[in-house]
Amino acid sequence: MNFGLTEEQSLIVQTTRAFVEKELYPHEAEVERTGHLRMDLVREIQAKAMDAGLYAANMPEEVGGAGLDTLSWLLYERELGRANYALHWTCVARPSNILLAGTPEQREKYLVPCMKGETWDCLAMTEPGAGSDLRGMSASARPDGDDWILNGTKHFISHADIAGFTIAFMATGEEETPRGKKKLITAFLVDKGTPGFTVREGYRNVSHRGYTNSILEFDDCRVPASQILGEVHKGFEVANTWLGATRLQVAATSLGRADRALSHAVDYAAQRRQFGQQIGKFQGVSFHLADMATELRAAELLTWAAGWKFDEGTVTEADMSMAKLKATEALAFIADAAIQIHGGMGLMDELPLERIWRDARVERIWEGTSEIQRHIISREMLRAVGG
Amino acid sequence: MKVLVPVKRVIDYNVKVRVKADGSGVDLANVKMSMNPFDEIAVEEAIRLKEKGAAEEVVVVSIGVKQAQETLRTALAMGADRAILVVAADDVHQDIEPLAVAKILKAVIDEEQPGLVLAGKQAIDNDMNATGQMLSALLGWSQATFASKLEIEGDSASVTREVDGGLQTIKVKMPCVVTVDLRLNEPRYASLPNIMKAKKKPLDEKTAADLGVDVTPRLTVVKTTEPEGRKAGIKVESVDELIKKLKDEAGVI
Repeated sequence: MNFGLTEEQSLIVQTTRAFVEKELYPHEAEVERTGHLRMDLVREIQAKAMDAGLYAANMPEEVGGAGLDTLSWLLYERELGRANYALHWTCVARPSNILLAGTPEQREKYLVPCMKGETWDCLAMTEPGAGSDLRGMSASARPDGDDWILNGTKHFISHADIAGFTIAFMATGEEETPRGKKKLITAFLVDKGTPGFTVREGYRNVSHRGYTNSILEFDDCRVPASQILGEVHKGFEVANTWLGATRLQVAATSLGRADRALSHAVDYAAQRRQFGQQIGKFQGVSFHLADMATELRAAELLTWAAGWKFDEGTVTEADMSMAKLKATEALAFIADAAIQIHGGMGLMDELPLERIWRDARVERIWEGTSEIQRHIISREMLRAVGG
Repeated sequence: MKVLVPVKRVIDYNVKVRVKADGSGVDLANVKMSMNPFDEIAVEEAIRLKEKGAAEEVVVVSIGVKQAQETLRTALAMGADRAILVVAADDVHQDIEPLAVAKILKAVIDEEQPGLVLAGKQAIDNDMNATGQMLSALLGWSQATFASKLEIEGDSASVTREVDGGLQTIKVKMPCVVTVDLRLNEPRYASLPNIMKAKKKPLDEKTAADLGVDVTPRLTVVKTTEPEGRKAGIKVESVDELIKKLKDEAGVI
């Protein structure tokens, strides 16, 4: 087993980190304090990200991405994840892999503008009454001639305000399963401005300032069948095929912020003096640092291993869930401990710690709560022995 | 025209430098190393010359330990075409002195025949600021140091130099050695697609012995110490007192 990075991977880390520190960090305070990311700033940083080949680098080469293997992509995600989420997600966007599921015409119409930074995509799955239980959704679509009529409400839809279109998951039927009736789901590409489709301002929330969520309403919204992504009733399969690695993306970005918090804590423990000595000399602080570093390395190894297995074709759902679970929980612990080591100063917005601590909270919830991850992990263990 | 750019692997400028316990030098074990920032500027300038059509090929050379290969890959990922690694040391703590570096570079240049050598004005580890000058003497080429602007005009180069108290523009005959200063340009990021391509670019490896250069040190390091900590300042009571002190004690006004 070789745990070292290749030369390319080291360079990817080097370039991405330099970019994040130089182009994103200086704007964090503005976005955090105003809760808003200016579009002129987005355009400025986007152009630089494109020059550096960082924009949409998650995508394969044939569509204009960097063609990274999964592990390299996760290293890139970790570096981007250090910064304010709105900044890195908007200015160095990673279009959703699900757009690769499109027909050549759909790729041309939706993926290409995302690659060029002309627009952004957004995924609409969650509903007020359907979160983890996706197949219990109530928003629906019914056929009408060659068209489909969409009705229902989606909420918590990230960055729908700037997205030019949404990929809406709608119930299009029902099937009997051993666990009762489940919805059959179809994914639709819906352009902003389509009559009957409204994007409303969402909720203000604790994490990721400047990164918005919206409420999407579909009221007899008519779209042609050519807007279906994948096949009718196969929306769940499309999502599972193309969105599997998003849990690893959450893990990797969480690792970046955890590492940033930890380096602040280490520096502070070495500089800050109380009772005539560096506070890092007190075991109450130093043992904390050791635990933080150990948790971080453990979470990194789980994440990198899952990324490596992803390309080997041997990754399991549990592997990705373990990485997501461990990395997001480690981030929460490290962010909290880093603040504790800083004392009062840790709570002030002069340092990035208070926001890393706030931002950490959502990571244990979105892309599957920690409880759902534990369910997936244990289910895989039990199924193997007939459970 | 071929442009040759020597690049040095040095301790990263962000690293807090520590002196080894025995005082023989700076501790480089498990420390982040990067390309010397002035060399990065030289690489950037060479790539720009190529982009402008003033150069056809950019060759980067590094001399030192085998790990300097990483530095060369960075230069290739920025856009250099080809790299040459001259292994001259096994121990990361062994610094190759400017004269030996200049001799090795001369041997490489005799083979490569570049029209221009663009080098950093100095390495940020030992701050010698000597290699470029020595190289030009060994080659018998003209030199222009501390460049903040460079223009190629046919068989000569117009170089604006940062000198004490201002700028000086000189014209030198090509081929020549130009050493670059901080304000010449802002180096680009090694882009992701170029990083992926860098691996396929040629990297030749030689040794100092292959080139017939003896790298045995001629200098002896007597002692290495950390800079003294900054002394506490003083508080003055009034503007008058401040002016008086600036006049009489500091002698600055």
